[in-house]
Amino acid sequence: MDNKTNNALYQQHIISISDMSREMLEFIIMTIEKIKRQKICSLLSGKIIGSCFFEPSTRTKLSFEVAVRKLGGTTIGFDNGVNTSLKKGETLADSIKIISSYTDALIIRHPKEGAARLAAQFSSVPVINGGDGANQHPTQTLLDLFTIYECHGRLDNLTVALAGDLKYGRTVHSLVQALSLFNTQFIFISPEELAMPEYLLSLLDQRNICYEQVYSIESILHETDILYMTRIQKERFDETEYKYIAARYILDKAMLTKAKPSLRVLHPLPRVDEIAPDVDETPFACYFQQAENGVYARMSLLALVLNKIV
Amino acid sequence: MSDYDSTDLKPGNGKSLQVEAIKDGVVIDHIPATQGVKIIKSLNLFASKVRIAVGFNLPSKMMGLKDLIKIEHRQFNEQEVNRLAIFAPNATINVIADYKVVQKTKMSLPSSIHGLFICPNSNCISHNEPVTSSFHLSERQGQTILQCHYCEKSFKLDIFAEI
Repeated sequence: MDNKTNNALYQQHIISISDMSREMLEFIIMTIEKIKRQKICSLLSGKIIGSCFFEPSTRTKLSFEVAVRKLGGTTIGFDNGVNTSLKKGETLADSIKIISSYTDALIIRHPKEGAARLAAQFSSVPVINGGDGANQHPTQTLLDLFTIYECHGRLDNLTVALAGDLKYGRTVHSLVQALSLFNTQFIFISPEELAMPEYLLSLLDQRNICYEQVYSIESILHETDILYMTRIQKERFDETEYKYIAARYILDKAMLTKAKPSLRVLHPLPRVDEIAPDVDETPFACYFQQAENGVYARMSLLALVLNKIV
Repeated sequence: MSDYDSTDLKPGNGKSLQVEAIKDGVVIDHIPATQGVKIIKSLNLFASKVRIAVGFNLPSKMMGLKDLIKIEHRQFNEQEVNRLAIFAPNATINVIADYKVVQKTKMSLPSSIHGLFICPNSNCISHNEPVTSSFHLSERQGQTILQCHYCEKSFKLDIFAEI
């Protein structure tokens, strides 16, 4: 697609992967590739971006702020909801009306699901969702998609295995939604208690996408293009059960001797024990490159919503 | 009993009715069996003083079994019709005047509904803000699914009937 003349994202909100078509995702990925090549440009020169983090976040907040600076813009905002007017009883709707009148675009992270959609309803400027509760985190999905594209030169017809907590992880849910537009073959690896939710399996059925559910990482490495690891959260289990379950979903260097040479391992980070440090030195490890791509993905989205031509 | 049509339904005309005829009001026909009670509850019909005649598990040529509700001196507004349509998307609303069907409206599942239900997700932003709840409706494997416009969570209709 020619992203010089047809920027459908100009002055639009970025709320959910479920709002995006395959064409739109491809358009964003092409823009990320271009922005990554350029590294620094002035597409946000003179623009003020509201950074509204109603709950703490390290990676997302830092990468958004770096993205704004690299594009020549500035940020105003807060990094948790404690000192905002919400504590005085102001509605999110009122807060957003006011902050949007000061800024050219808003980044919002909020513990309640649907907060970004609601913010978009009351904002006079584009809203970018930086995570709303357990619902969506579209910029994470876009950086994941871009990293997959960068690793394999395509998104179509890949075998993607997702391992760990597939029930509660919003990153895997959004990624499955997005990749299902690219004829992906999915392998889901999780304990039964943390299996992929039924509504997503129904979506895959509707789109005629093949998937299988297995219980071991090792058995699928020879046929997998992308292994997307996630953290199994301790609080979901009692301590003994956690140790037993989590041990079955750990990837180490020795296991990768059986892997397809083109396999790449991704992880939304932070990791705890699920990827052993010795994997970092292998050519399979792509999770740090993935984290770096977060800056380029966020630069691209900010540039697209605030410029007719990128 | 035959499915409702525009035949003269005046008492004493020789036709046998399993649910007593009404002179003026509405008849909701072709309600899937078991959904009648949910509709009465959802439309809060017990709270009104109007006369209501109901038939549950009536034989139907089209549906096998059906429920039927007759409400005297009552019309439905758009919100009520939408509420009705999600419980009985294939129902028919017959407007009765002087025992005759003067208008027949076939329901269809609306693509979205607003302000009818509270989102069952306790962490949904719509609970705390000045917005009307909103759901996108679809049918999956014969079941009506409501997806919250805000939190994007999907729910089966049965959950809402219990709220």
